[in-house]
Amino acid sequence: MTHADLSEARTTVRWWDRGRRVDPRYLIAFLITLVLVVAQLRYHVVGGYDRLALALITCMATEALLSWFDRGKVVNLQSAYISGISLTLLVKPQGGALWPFALGAFLAIASKYVLRYRDNHLWNPTNFAIVALLLAAPNRVSVLSHQWGNDLATNLVIWTFGLVIAARVKVLHMTLTYVASFLVLNALRAVALGQPVMPELAPITGPMYQLFIFFMITDPRTVVRQRKWQYVVVVIIALTEALLRVASDQGWPLPIAFNAAPALAALWLVGPVAKWIDLRRSGQRTPAQAPLPGAPATMPQADRGSAQAAGAGR
Amino acid sequence: MAVPFFAAIGLAMRLDHGPIRSPADAARPGFVLRDEAAALGVRFVHQRPTFDPKIANIEPHVAALGASISVADFDGDGWPDLYFTNSRFGAPNALYRNRGNGTFEDVAAGAGLADLNRPGEGVSMGSVWGDIDNDGREDLLVYRYGFLALFRNVDGRRFEDITEASRLRRWVNSNGAIWFDYDRDGLLDLYVTAYFRSDIDLWHLETTRIMHSSFEFATNGGKNLLFRNVGGGKFEDVTDKMGVGSTRWTLAAASADFNEDGWADLYLANDYGPEELYLNERGRRFVLAKAGLESESKSGMTASLGDAFNRGRLDVFVTNISERGYLFQNNNLRLNQMPDAGRFRNVADAQVADAGWGWGAQFGDLNNDGTNELFVANGFISADSSNSYWYAMSKIAGANARMFDDAATWPAFGNASLSGYEPSRVFLSRGLAGWVDVASAVGVTDRYDGRAVALADLSNRGAVDVIVANQNQPAVVYRNRPDTANHWIAFSLVGTRSNRSAIGAEVVVEASGLKQRRVVDGGMGFASQNDRRLHFGVGRREWVDRVVIHWPSGHEQVLSHLAVDQFHTVREPSR
Repeated sequence: MTHADLSEARTTVRWWDRGRRVDPRYLIAFLITLVLVVAQLRYHVVGGYDRLALALITCMATEALLSWFDRGKVVNLQSAYISGISLTLLVKPQGGALWPFALGAFLAIASKYVLRYRDNHLWNPTNFAIVALLLAAPNRVSVLSHQWGNDLATNLVIWTFGLVIAARVKVLHMTLTYVASFLVLNALRAVALGQPVMPELAPITGPMYQLFIFFMITDPRTVVRQRKWQYVVVVIIALTEALLRVASDQGWPLPIAFNAAPALAALWLVGPVAKWIDLRRSGQRTPAQAPLPGAPATMPQADRGSAQAAGAGR
Repeated sequence: MAVPFFAAIGLAMRLDHGPIRSPADAARPGFVLRDEAAALGVRFVHQRPTFDPKIANIEPHVAALGASISVADFDGDGWPDLYFTNSRFGAPNALYRNRGNGTFEDVAAGAGLADLNRPGEGVSMGSVWGDIDNDGREDLLVYRYGFLALFRNVDGRRFEDITEASRLRRWVNSNGAIWFDYDRDGLLDLYVTAYFRSDIDLWHLETTRIMHSSFEFATNGGKNLLFRNVGGGKFEDVTDKMGVGSTRWTLAAASADFNEDGWADLYLANDYGPEELYLNERGRRFVLAKAGLESESKSGMTASLGDAFNRGRLDVFVTNISERGYLFQNNNLRLNQMPDAGRFRNVADAQVADAGWGWGAQFGDLNNDGTNELFVANGFISADSSNSYWYAMSKIAGANARMFDDAATWPAFGNASLSGYEPSRVFLSRGLAGWVDVASAVGVTDRYDGRAVALADLSNRGAVDVIVANQNQPAVVYRNRPDTANHWIAFSLVGTRSNRSAIGAEVVVEASGLKQRRVVDGGMGFASQNDRRLHFGVGRREWVDRVVIHWPSGHEQVLSHLAVDQFHTVREPSR
């Protein structure tokens, strides 16, 4: 190794160390913003800045209002920011309708305050809102089923940043477990049903799954606490998704949400049950899981368990 | 907190059924449409093509195009005739001659226009009529998945294949073509759109990697071609010289002078990509305009021109795909703001934005009230209604391109439907209240897989009829019975300095508060061409104040105080 190489390596380490000192929540916010900017600049995915503004404003206003109403103070709005951007990226309305963004944003944030058990919310807010909209209004709302140019370069950018940040906030094991489970289960499903394997693996290369594996399934606020159970729950989510896909393969009359967004539906079904069992087993609140939905976590905790600090209920 | 939360869910469920207060009134549309194809003697049934077994897994998808309709008075008897294309080897195309007594007869075989679907030559995808040699008889170009074919109208009864002599014998996997005179030399030029690459022979595939490289920004389609009419029945390829060789999987093209500079521009609706507007720079070249189209990438399937809001300008309607839960691409209704703002503005909303899997569409004043209605054909593949391909499509549609540019990697289609059995839409404009679908109220109830739509006054009675070519299904002819209290005026234009078909001529009618523009089209919509005569409804107005004709030659002609309820034949002043 040359002197220059060593110098470069040291610089990289310094950047990494500096990165470790950054509040992980900012990294998540940075990643979702990066996704939004790249997708908009290259592929104009937003479909109108009024949608973005409405989703963001509604999320943040709802968070501010409900936290003040609930706890007497306004909590950190970063998770609301993440929810607003995620909704903008994922929800596709019929025509120029704006109400799905307003209602979706309200439902996402309000779900954290209404659907609670032992002071913890059970659903990832964005996941709850999108599936709720798809179940309640499938004639007016769809999820993004093809977007972003089907482009490898964009995938690589998001995967690279996503993996680095997931590692930094210590949720990478969940991401990778889900990806591995998806590949294995859907390959098996294809073989069992006598279908070609490639189309069954194709969805995971798409943008909906990128948002899903980096922003929803790893949400520290709604995952179970112990690492070993995190593996188990992620596998169960992937298994549930595979079963939903089998049902779709067989033409069962499922709600359209389950056909169109099986991954989101699987998390929507499994996530809260797992969380509820986890909370019930623990019988108490945990220090790492702050009592306030959307409340900021402290930096010492971030160092210990960055994942918990990072999510803040996005 | 729980109350507003659950109220929000309830509100979403309520909004799923439509707006809380209906924005537009569907009552009293003022016209009735009835399918009278059989009574008229139009018994055309389209047959879809079959291709190389290597792509059998998605053949229903690849073979889902080819039903087309074009209108022209080929025998010069004053009655509009109909030409339908077929798409299976051995299946004949049909030329329905209008007898003028309310019936039609198929004369394609005798005219030499029937047997065009042959191995080695290709299968028909559509046709456009135009008088290429200004002899007063409408000639015919048939575009195919295969070789282009050009037929000279010999005597109003027989046609001569002049493809080779005209230098147009090119293999193009084409779904569209239009005649227009881009250089204003009085001779019709030809723009041919290409879908699959032109080096692909769909019956003898060397590779199955023939599909689009993106569902949104694909540029690996066939190269569109522009042929300049140099006279003497000959054409030269000027595609590269003029800069219009888009490879964006174009499905439809239309031409009009959008920016009102006197030169015919070119509008393309592209599948898997954004629409494109090529502005004509005085016939010397075309420039791809930044007109607000590039930011929306959808699945453009028709380019239909019409004055949507009586502004005296030609707006553009482009159909796209909508399927509940999966995808709302939404149709585009683009207001033409080119002359003053240099751009189009998409104002499609609510009902007009969602016509299912839309295909051909046309603007026409079906009730003669002075505002345009919009007829939209739709539905992609109707097979087993209990088995939808949408779930299979969703697996690959969001995936990386390498997962679907190879046809062999697509999930097998089997006997599935894909947005099948969709009812056609008939949108009625209620001004600021928006557009409302009145299809069932006016009698449009078919659920065929509609492709091409053309409008023509088949009985010369002041009522615009609707002809729809359906994929792998019977054609329908909706006879129109509009409110008799409304008046109309129609124009048959004859070019002298311009091409004799007057293709590209734009007419603006002004009548006590009404101002509306129409264009004589050389192909418009999807795989279709309307009656060359321009029909305007004028409501209760009993005369027309002013008519301005913008001839393709650049000449402007003004007529005043014309009588309503009649056809006016207008010959272009020779100087």
